[in-house]
Amino acid sequence: MTTTERRLRTPTHEALGLTADDLLSMYTVMRLARALAERMWLLQRGGKTPFAVTAEGHEGVQVASAWALDRGRDMVLPYYRDLGVVLAVGMSAKEVMLNALGRAADPNSGGRQLPGHWFHAELNIVSGSSPVATQIPHAAGIALASKLRGEETVTAVYFGDGATSAGDFHEGLNFAGVHRLPVVFICENNGYAISVPSSKQAAVEDLAVRAAGYGFPGVTVDGNDALAVYGATREAVERARAGEGPTFIEAKTYRLAPHTSADDDRLYRSPEEVEAWRRRDPIERLRAYLIEWDLLDKRKDEAIGATVVEEVEEAVRLAEASPEPEPESALQHVFYEKG
Amino acid sequence: MPELTYREAIRETLREALNNDNRVFLMGEDIGAYGGAYGVTQGLLAEFGEQRVKDSPIAESVLVGAGIGAAMGGLRPIVELMTINFSLLASDQIVNAAAKMLFMSGGQITVPLIIRTVSGGGNQLGASHSQCLEGWYAQVPGLKVVSPSTPYDACGLLRSAVAEETPVMFVEHSLLYNFRGPVPDEYYTVPIGEADVKRVGSDVTIVAHLRMVHVALQAAEELAEEGIEAEVVDLRSLRPLDTDTINESVMKTNRAVVVEEGWKTGGFGAEVVSSIMEHSFDYLDAPVARVAGQEVPMPYNRDLEQAAIPRPGDVVAAVKSLV
Repeated sequence: MTTTERRLRTPTHEALGLTADDLLSMYTVMRLARALAERMWLLQRGGKTPFAVTAEGHEGVQVASAWALDRGRDMVLPYYRDLGVVLAVGMSAKEVMLNALGRAADPNSGGRQLPGHWFHAELNIVSGSSPVATQIPHAAGIALASKLRGEETVTAVYFGDGATSAGDFHEGLNFAGVHRLPVVFICENNGYAISVPSSKQAAVEDLAVRAAGYGFPGVTVDGNDALAVYGATREAVERARAGEGPTFIEAKTYRLAPHTSADDDRLYRSPEEVEAWRRRDPIERLRAYLIEWDLLDKRKDEAIGATVVEEVEEAVRLAEASPEPEPESALQHVFYEKG
Repeated sequence: MPELTYREAIRETLREALNNDNRVFLMGEDIGAYGGAYGVTQGLLAEFGEQRVKDSPIAESVLVGAGIGAAMGGLRPIVELMTINFSLLASDQIVNAAAKMLFMSGGQITVPLIIRTVSGGGNQLGASHSQCLEGWYAQVPGLKVVSPSTPYDACGLLRSAVAEETPVMFVEHSLLYNFRGPVPDEYYTVPIGEADVKRVGSDVTIVAHLRMVHVALQAAEELAEEGIEAEVVDLRSLRPLDTDTINESVMKTNRAVVVEEGWKTGGFGAEVVSSIMEHSFDYLDAPVARVAGQEVPMPYNRDLEQAAIPRPGDVVAAVKSLV
């Protein structure tokens, strides 16, 4: 792009009301999510953790959609892949690593729940159990509560494409439609429910069309285009906050890593397919945009990379040094106890 | 002391909860204009409006799931599931979410949710309307399960449930709604986890819950005519289970019959027997006997159905086999 061209065009992020700082922060969080994910695999392969579930390829959807929320005020129900969401909402790298290692100080559950099942009351992050889609009714209920209390809180709930095959998806969206609740349903459609491809999950091309059956808008966006995701989510959040009811956002993306450490993705997809999507990496895409608009250069980019790596290594070091939960505490938090 | 039906006792306590705490709301299918499948919520929509008495889609999973969400969001929902048979459609939400949310969040969040539902057969409603599944839920740590047999207990237990931070399965019985009994005007509660001796006796302990308490009481009257004095222990709560009251009674009578309406195999009665064996073995003068529903999906035909549900005569026979 020439200087003249740049002068004549309005940058997309400005049109969306995002500052250069916003954009660089989003980019940094996306890179942090990637770096944490890569470190989680090493920890798992090295026998330090029994399980890893990561987000490579989903960072665009996750970080950009969460950016459109009033973070700290709005309620967020991520699913197990939403590392980028929780970082964007304010969870620290250290807290993520405490979770991965199941330490007593893990703010998510103190080592009680499987990693990736994010739960952070202070940050309004609420998660649930492992069966897919089961958090969707919870989101409807949380939104019902905020509506009944007369608050303007918006609830954002995340899930994968596989979840849209489950009954709770239908029940939750129908319930939210009937009661006109302030919810944004965000589907990270990566084309596979673990190994089962979209063609065997749904008989429609775009899952967003399903929203019509629930009486509210559904939109499909390119999930690897962070700015497009931000724009769609912001609009949905505004609708919800204005009392106009739910929106279903389908963000098409791709998972660049296996489903979890219990998966071997070579059994169901070709290296060529993965490679093709690697060339559409949401982080690379945002980087190209930032460079295009002179918001980032090589030196600054390397500095961000170095900061991120340092943050991850510091997080691992602190988390590894953090004590394991006491065995005597194993029975805590089953029934509510005062104090 | 005023007498109320079981239905009225529950309704009045719901009304009281709605009046006392604006976080309380009711949600379910047919609970509004229709007044509930068993008429429990009659009149409450007119009195409290649609914000507090919410008719919702007939979809059990989201009824419970949204109830969990609303509870996490600071409200105190009371969800009605038409029958415990249909709770299976919400069983993931009950077992995997409601019961575990406190634990899985490391103590960060509570789910003060009440699920009111209806157990039991005897209405000729067939195989998928007549089961007794409360024992299944009682197996799950993180849930409390109560099963009142009288209007007094229904009111007192519901008051306790409303004050709970732990999710409560509040299990009613379809044949008890018209049962009348005293409910004092003075405020009282029945603590969750306390069994109740419904009849004092010295010769045998009969342990039961829900409608089987009345079957046991009827059996006890028949036995009394023959000079056998049975003590009837009403569990009232399945979890937490009041093993003290059960065993104190067995240590006194030295004999026990455990009665339940549901199936014997893996039934809740086995848990009660296990507690007796652990704590009262040396006091027993005879093996513990069990009376339970027949191992069959509930038949529709009246005679077939009656043959599948324990009757007072079955309890009498079990007691006589021990003395």
